[in-house]
Amino acid sequence: MTAPAGSLLAAENLRKAYGPTMALDGAEFSIHPGEVVAVMGPSGSGKSTLLHCLAGIVTPDSGSIVYDGQELATMSDARRSALRRSEFGFVFQFGQLVPELTCVENVALPLRLNGTPRKQAERTALAWMERLEVDDLRKKRPGEVSGGQGQRVAVARSLVTSPRVVFADEPTGALDSLNGERVMELLTEAARSANAAVVLVTHEARVAAYSDREIVVRDGKSRDMERVI
Amino acid sequence: MSIGHTLLGLLESGPRHGYDLKRAFDEKFGHDRPLHYGQVYSTMSRLLKNGLVEVDGIEAGGGPERKRYAITDAGITDVARWLATPEKPEPYLQSTLYTKVVLALLTHRDAADILDTQRSEHLRSMRILTDRKRRGDLADQLICDHALFHLEADLRWLELTAARLDKLREVVTA
Repeated sequence: MTAPAGSLLAAENLRKAYGPTMALDGAEFSIHPGEVVAVMGPSGSGKSTLLHCLAGIVTPDSGSIVYDGQELATMSDARRSALRRSEFGFVFQFGQLVPELTCVENVALPLRLNGTPRKQAERTALAWMERLEVDDLRKKRPGEVSGGQGQRVAVARSLVTSPRVVFADEPTGALDSLNGERVMELLTEAARSANAAVVLVTHEARVAAYSDREIVVRDGKSRDMERVI
Repeated sequence: MSIGHTLLGLLESGPRHGYDLKRAFDEKFGHDRPLHYGQVYSTMSRLLKNGLVEVDGIEAGGGPERKRYAITDAGITDVARWLATPEKPEPYLQSTLYTKVVLALLTHRDAADILDTQRSEHLRSMRILTDRKRRGDLADQLICDHALFHLEADLRWLELTAARLDKLREVVTA
């Protein structure tokens, strides 16, 4: 496929079935560097499957995904894993932090997995924690911080490798509205200033309002609302 | 709500007399506010003058003449344009949106499209407010929050309606 001009990540005609259930049925997507795109739609519409396919976590049955000019399907497993470790960042709704590690160790983890020495990794991690206003939690473990604080730590971790794409799946789903909004503010500000793209799966309009545009997924098909209007 | 567009939409399924139009309107949309005959006839004369409907036949009876109206191609285009244009997000929009959705179902158009387009329009307003809130002081934040919560309530209604479209189609086309 030819990705839309200037797009960093684009997908065309994605299909994915889980048994008899068609999760994606011809979905399309594209995002530019520095852009925040909300993926909306009712529960079970295929939003999360789309995110997982785009991030190379799930392989679609057919269709094409192009990241930075290269088809994901033609990459080796090792290359795809490397992408997920260093060029993609992830924020989910629940259970992302390793309970045995301190917050700064959690944030530094993706760098450590890439082979960055510990001191250097933690220095970078701390800079991101300051930016997310949670640097005072550096020595605490995830069980000792609130949900909102833990989510900011998770956002810091998603950004620590300076990824080019951040995948956020209902990142504020477990937070009250004040904490949720602060997390969205910090996430989108940090991503935009780093020119990182954010794929934001959400069913909440107030969260989607932090995006630049939205696509709607229904019955496995996607609709880009910017191109419609 | 635009009574003219609603009557036009009702005419899409076939020509009707003014009286039938009023009855169909009251049954589907006028639960708490039935139309007056005067409103129907003044609206129909305006639509006639604008070429959106035409007189399909006149029945002479004991009383006044009964005109039967049919929608014209220009009328169908006008309904389609109205249905496809999102409403300006403002409080108490539901009755207009409800009317649009029901008319889309009655005329076999894609009602989900109308809801998607409206969601997009609401989100456009919400983005502006969110941005203003981010740059503003506490007073700005509180004022924007109030507007955001109202828009969010509209959108919740919209999502619920989207989830119930199949059921609504059964009811309105029964």
